Amino acid sequence: MSGTAAAGSAPVRASAGLVARAWSVVAVPLVVTVLSVLLGALIMLFSELLVPGKKFDWGLPLTAYSALVNGAVGRPDAIVSTLVYSTPLVFGGLAVGFGFKAGLFNIGAQGQFLVGALGAVMAGVALANAPAVIAIPLSVLAGIVAGGIWGFIPGFLKAVSGAHEVVSTIMMNYIAVQLLAALVSGPLKVPRSPSPVTFDVGNAAFPIILAPNGHLGILLAVLAALFVWWLLYRTTWGFEVRSVGANRDAARYAGMRPKLITVATMTFCGALAGLAGTSVLLGVTHSMTSSFGTTVGFDSIAVALLARSNPLVIVPAALLFGGMRAGAGLMQIQAQIPVELVDVLQATILLFLVASPVLRRLLRVGGRDAGSLVTGATVSSLGSGGVTI
Amino acid sequence: MDITPLINGLDGIPGLGLVFQAIGYLVAVLPPNSSSIMAQATPLALAALCGVLCERSGVVNIGIEGTMLASAFTAWVVGVALNPMFSADPSPIFGITIPLVLALAAAILVAVIVSALHAWLSISLRVDQIISGTIINIAAAGVTGYLDQLISKSSPAGAGEFAQFTPPAALTNLPGVGWIFAMFLDQGPIGMSVIVLIIGAQIWLFRSRWGLRTRAVGEHPRAAETVGIDVIRLRYRNVMIAGMFAGLGGAFLSIEATNSFQIGMTNGRGFIALAAMIMGRWTPIGAFASALLFATFLQLGQLINIAPPGGDLGVAMGAIPAQFFDAIPYILTIVILAGVVGRSIPPAADGVPYERESAT
Repeated sequence: MSGTAAAGSAPVRASAGLVARAWSVVAVPLVVTVLSVLLGALIMLFSELLVPGKKFDWGLPLTAYSALVNGAVGRPDAIVSTLVYSTPLVFGGLAVGFGFKAGLFNIGAQGQFLVGALGAVMAGVALANAPAVIAIPLSVLAGIVAGGIWGFIPGFLKAVSGAHEVVSTIMMNYIAVQLLAALVSGPLKVPRSPSPVTFDVGNAAFPIILAPNGHLGILLAVLAALFVWWLLYRTTWGFEVRSVGANRDAARYAGMRPKLITVATMTFCGALAGLAGTSVLLGVTHSMTSSFGTTVGFDSIAVALLARSNPLVIVPAALLFGGMRAGAGLMQIQAQIPVELVDVLQATILLFLVASPVLRRLLRVGGRDAGSLVTGATVSSLGSGGVTI
Repeated sequence: MDITPLINGLDGIPGLGLVFQAIGYLVAVLPPNSSSIMAQATPLALAALCGVLCERSGVVNIGIEGTMLASAFTAWVVGVALNPMFSADPSPIFGITIPLVLALAAAILVAVIVSALHAWLSISLRVDQIISGTIINIAAAGVTGYLDQLISKSSPAGAGEFAQFTPPAALTNLPGVGWIFAMFLDQGPIGMSVIVLIIGAQIWLFRSRWGLRTRAVGEHPRAAETVGIDVIRLRYRNVMIAGMFAGLGGAFLSIEATNSFQIGMTNGRGFIALAAMIMGRWTPIGAFASALLFATFLQLGQLINIAPPGGDLGVAMGAIPAQFFDAIPYILTIVILAGVVGRSIPPAADGVPYERESAT
């Protein structure tokens, strides 16, 4: 009697265990998203009160959100547009996430993005009339190298003097903006053009692989995510990067060289963010104005945090934020909600995400917290005392 | 004081010419602009003071940039909203009106709330403090950008602004020292209060019981707890008080230095302030002096465009793109961080979350 009861309940218990485990994985991202959507709706409703002469409209969040979803996935060309918006976010998310794995917080994705695009446009303009098989790879390479240099500098300074990468990469972002403005309104400017703009990259532009505007960069982004996953989890260097991120001192005692890893990681992160800029320049804009610049920097941090730096999860996370960027235009037209609402949603998602210890307690699920993403190596003072030896 | 003729005489020396011309340019151009330099230094010094108080208590606050942005926006919005409701004339000194006072109070309140959020995330939840601060920066940029877009659709009237105090000309025209009076007195109420706050904070931090406890909590929280100091509570309180200074700095940007709000108007000041804090070795007065140095470079970037130097120096500098001079404060920040100025030692428990020994 008791034997049959035990045999009968075993599969039930196993499946209950599976449900519980699945719940512990999806609970927090799910609840975070739902809460953010709800909070976003409240912000939308009440912020309308700031606009004089506007009537309080309970249906507004529904109109706005349906326009947002429609603009992101409503039609085939909307889906392609989502892919195009997500492409730099995959590269950028990898650039930030790979840094996290080594215990480095690369807030410099924005600057590396700009400088990468700058490198790509310089090479692209020079090679505009060369055959595409030569022009495209060389322009991409130029973007990678330029972004890599912009990542190398803070990495080198961190290794040599302990200058905290958070502040130095942010400063590199501002310097990149000035560098871009100086070059686009100076040596790269089309002569006698009324506004500062460079020449077109011509044959160096990415070919369209998905009508109407889905360019080669989409494919490169997916390949990059797979490559970074392989690098992190299947190579010695990836193991060293993760070891240094997990425990700097232990890694050093094991014979690894944390300083070298720091420099190499930041350079690699810069190259990835440079690819983000390259993909936008060669795939979308094809030339550069002095106002070239996007929200890719902040979005990349959000993507990396949401995906917990897992290279493969970064792709869907980038699609989420890319979709929001793609749909924001339609939302602005149909619901008169500024596209900046996406920034608000992103911020609320991040806030709920870092507060996930509280959510976990409320939902009674275990698991890692967002705060533990970045290992002790990052929690160091902003002074030069951050790195030992 | 006027050493220009002397320097002109030395111009001819080969190689040294440019150096002397540069010194001559600085001597000619900086003292008359002392008041503008102080105005540039004000938000930096206030933000750096916020950083000093946070880090002395052991909490790294990289969200100062976002805190300032949030309070700059709040001050502007409250000013815009309240301005039409009050018609009283501004006071003769500082141009104080009721809406401006309320705008300032609201800005400080918002800064304290944002700081409390950072304190909760980093002290109670023990989230990585850098991540917590970064999210505050992202959230502040997102929310202020969104609301600003909504509000600017109706092209609102200005929020009003505090007026500068005009010290008597007899004082500011004094030979040799007049520019010092202009620097500290030719300011609005927030700009003028900076030096008082800095000196006050210096005394408070190094001469008071609270200051001693604050430093103890930042250096060795366990020891502090052993002698009966409530580490968690003191950290909360200090981070929130520090937030008030960031709020003051934010309000300065939108209702004292200008009469408007622009998206992202803090422009990295919160981060430059952290470099000023490090360079000033985590002391209020040191941070203020460093803020003045950064402010001088910020102001020089503008002066070079308005009144470019003449002679060989002008020719040499004409070959450099103007953007280079705008980038100097940021380059300088990196150089200082990299320790060219000397390695400075942060408080020992800076950035380390505190866990009570008896924590359950």
